Amino acid sequence: MSVSEPQPRLTGLPEAVRAEITEIRKRYPTDEAALIPALHLAQNAWGGWLPDEAIEAVAVELGLAPAKVYGVVTFYDLFHQKPVGRHRIRVCTNLSCQLRGSDEIMETLHQELGVDEDEVTQDGRCSYIHFECLGSCDTAPMMMVDDTYHENLTPAKVRQVLKGLK
Amino acid sequence: MAFEKVLTRNVGNRDALTVKGYRQGGGYEGLAQALKMEPDAVIEEVKKSGLRGRGGAGFPAGLKWSFIPKGKDKPKYLVCNADESEPGTFKDRLLMEHDPHQLIEGCAICCWAVQANNCYIYIRGEYTDAADILERALKDAYEEGLLGGSVLGSGFKLDMYVHRGAGAYICGEETGMLESLEGKRGQPRVKPPFPAVVGAFGSPTVINNVETLANVPHIITRGADWFKAIGTDERNTGPKLYAISGHVERPGTYEHPIGVTFREMLEAAGGMYRGGNLKAFIPGGASAPILKADQIDIKMDFDTVAKAGSMLGSAAVIVMDDTTCMVRSVARLSKFFNHESCGQCTPCREGTNWMELLLKRLEHGEGRESDKQLLLSICKNIGGNSLCALGDAAIGPVRSLVEQFPEEIDRHVREGGCPFPHRRHFQNGA
Repeated sequence: MSVSEPQPRLTGLPEAVRAEITEIRKRYPTDEAALIPALHLAQNAWGGWLPDEAIEAVAVELGLAPAKVYGVVTFYDLFHQKPVGRHRIRVCTNLSCQLRGSDEIMETLHQELGVDEDEVTQDGRCSYIHFECLGSCDTAPMMMVDDTYHENLTPAKVRQVLKGLK
Repeated sequence: MAFEKVLTRNVGNRDALTVKGYRQGGGYEGLAQALKMEPDAVIEEVKKSGLRGRGGAGFPAGLKWSFIPKGKDKPKYLVCNADESEPGTFKDRLLMEHDPHQLIEGCAICCWAVQANNCYIYIRGEYTDAADILERALKDAYEEGLLGGSVLGSGFKLDMYVHRGAGAYICGEETGMLESLEGKRGQPRVKPPFPAVVGAFGSPTVINNVETLANVPHIITRGADWFKAIGTDERNTGPKLYAISGHVERPGTYEHPIGVTFREMLEAAGGMYRGGNLKAFIPGGASAPILKADQIDIKMDFDTVAKAGSMLGSAAVIVMDDTTCMVRSVARLSKFFNHESCGQCTPCREGTNWMELLLKRLEHGEGRESDKQLLLSICKNIGGNSLCALGDAAIGPVRSLVEQFPEEIDRHVREGGCPFPHRRHFQNGA
């Protein structure tokens, strides 16, 4: 597998993220409740995934055991424990999308990117995975690139979207 | 009589994204009116309307609110379930992206009715646009005095927050959602105690779906009698969003009076995709047993669909034409349930895995005649034997496959694989 890690890698939570977590904590009666929002922020800061030092930094910030934070990270599909591409592509392949050609979207990504699902391209640009229903069945087939939905896809449209990713 | 759109009337009206624009259409009048009523009177009105939960279970909303204990010894919470993850469902996303204040108003009225001072809108992590739109709408609502220390000058204090999930279907289950809100793995709790008594942070909590709450302002401004006049009968009332997808010409979210027939819905969605022939449809999201084409005239309300052996669920209707392989379709749904089973209860964790493996084996031509019995036996072992409804949901499509399409399984066995040609949707890679 080709791996490209964000350079240089952070060793602790950036101050801006810590300040944001402090604000978020005020919304809840327990500090633990801020964990999932904090993990989202940490994952963004670390370039889309959560290496051990990110998990530990969040644990320290919220006064939780690292093991407890690991448990949460491994439970949720949006948290990643290994490097991802600079752009993360999630293709819905659940039934409504399957009925409208999501297989062909996965094939196109495989051809265009030249790597298997859940691998990162040599240049670190993209990784793609199939995903469960993303709530966009009326515009099937669809994929999510980072935070953006791309809908009513065709193979040609997928190629066009890929071209726009730096 | 033409049906007047209620929940989706602001779809496409960008003005409604602001408090000012939303108010021009009569928005926040329901909240103002509710604040002048006794909280119990608000609950009574919602009870009288017959509003049933739009998330999947169809539990009467007013009744749920009435379970919240009175008194001030513990804080109370409303958690709005915006974790829309049932395959085929995309109606709540539409409501949040196009009419966020309708939801905020519904939440605020509910909070007044049960005297909750805090509300969390738990939205699935993938809905980043909807979360941003809601955040902006909440900020606007605070600035306009609709939230905060004194809602509309009434002295009632209410704080409302967006809480993003992180990708787990099980967090749509109400106690899984509470665990997740508290910063834990989203594994459902043992019930009782029910959330109305011990919910979020150990306090009494109401959990309602987005669409359920979006109905509330209209019930207050127009009255329970108006609401009850829409629908099939007194147990199936009000406007309803139907999300239709799969092999239809114009997939989308359509608002109809509850109890519209599937045939009418299909016509409204432009009929079958590329002129195909209807083979089967799932009436209420991936958890709902599959219905065959001969049920085309079924009334799409809670009780009629239940009587037909399925469920209205989230009213996510997935349509399949006669090019569709049912084994392959159900295998995909089983893969989903296997992936999403939280792993807590053995029958669900192991059973969903076995169902996926057996269905894949059939699809790949290594199935056996006896697999039908084996699948039914697994269904029996899962059914009723896990803490939450996910296990029961997982067996719905599998059991209906074996019972309604046995000949299709047999053909997979006899012909050594899938008898349906793998359909290509796009020509020459275009």
